[in-house]
Amino acid sequence: MLTRRIIPCLDVLAGRVVKGIHFKDLTDAGDPAALAMEYMNEGADELVFLDISASSDKRETMTEWVSSVADRLFIPFTVGGGISGPDQARNLIALGADKISLNTSAVIEPDLIFRCASLLGSQAVVLAVDVKRSEDGRWEVFIRGGTTPTGVDLISWVKRGQSLGCGEILLTSMDSDGTRDGYDTSCIEAVCGSVSVPVIASGGAGNTRHFIDAFNSGADAALAASVFHFGSIRIPDLKKDLASAGIPVRIEEVFS
Amino acid sequence: MIGIIDYGSGNVGNIRRALDFLKRESAVLECPPSERSSMPDALILPGVGAFGPAMSKIESSGWREALDLWIHEGRPIIGICLGMQLLCEASEEDSTIKGLGIFEGNALKLEGTKKLPHIGWNTVTWPGSSKSAYYYFVHSFALPICRDTLAVTSVDSCVFTSIALKDRVLGFQFHPERSGSTGLDLLGESMRKLGV
Repeated sequence: MLTRRIIPCLDVLAGRVVKGIHFKDLTDAGDPAALAMEYMNEGADELVFLDISASSDKRETMTEWVSSVADRLFIPFTVGGGISGPDQARNLIALGADKISLNTSAVIEPDLIFRCASLLGSQAVVLAVDVKRSEDGRWEVFIRGGTTPTGVDLISWVKRGQSLGCGEILLTSMDSDGTRDGYDTSCIEAVCGSVSVPVIASGGAGNTRHFIDAFNSGADAALAASVFHFGSIRIPDLKKDLASAGIPVRIEEVFS
Repeated sequence: MIGIIDYGSGNVGNIRRALDFLKRESAVLECPPSERSSMPDALILPGVGAFGPAMSKIESSGWREALDLWIHEGRPIIGICLGMQLLCEASEEDSTIKGLGIFEGNALKLEGTKKLPHIGWNTVTWPGSSKSAYYYFVHSFALPICRDTLAVTSVDSCVFTSIALKDRVLGFQFHPERSGSTGLDLLGESMRKLGV
């Protein structure tokens, strides 16, 4: 049976993971590869890395940490953060990333989705969308790390993204993000009802119930950051609880 | 030494790293080795993307004849994901070009699934055995159940061949190199079973 995926998200700044404090035994808690290994061994199904650096040497540091993650990680990982062209996307895949995620640059130049998908295959292109609920009950797409409204409607944007060739949607609700009050389930339902590609829910995870709600709303995968980084939810416990609630998850006999 | 075929459509690096982890010597081969003395012990045929362009590249790089001969001589080869589909007779994805014709039947678009592509960890079961395990899949096409089916996987109402075996030709529809320690174990065990 196809299982629902649990995806920790790690923010990388100048080659270092920020907020990765949960693994106390790690001598270097900021090393992307070391953290990635811990999450893989705990049973994470996939990882997402967002490079939030804005420095001029970003490409160089990205090359370094992406290759070091690829050297040690044997589960899929996605890299995002300021990817603005197909060549950059191809380099990241060549370094060993399984997928790249596009956000701001795709809204500014939607054809980038098509060009990346043609070059790398749809399976390698994740469309990341940051949204905020508007007063009329719809959702508006925001760019530049959620700082800039675009006037673009979420549903028409994800449909367009799918027709341009993205293989997955990473949906972040800015209203829920950071609240730990749960995912925006109506937003997940609206997107899952509009596209046929898999949807990764993001923003608002605080407890196991929230993951169950996200999956019951149609999400194929659920992404979270702080609950994993700070250790308030451990992946093996979460998966056990999800399985008891009837959500199909991958539980290996031994994580080693 | 394991030869990883690089025809421009495969995730060669991740397979190479998996073989490194398994302590298997490997080499990336852009074209077939010209001397028999430099032949690898086994080949891995990776693949991501679309069937048509991948098969065309295999033809234009001289790999088609080399692979026909390789398989005819009973040498071992493992196809992964699209690489497994290339070993089928043809694919519904592109009717203008033939596959390598080892596994019986054509790769068909998955039917009866709620979502496509089929992405994520799914169960692989070996019929007639209690063995089953999770592996990572990313694909929209697959080989139906056929004479060469070794293990199967289902998504919603669709059942397909997730591992095929014909003589010393093995195909994985999923990515053992991206399926954690379970996947690496399977890859290592499969090579041993193929006598590599």
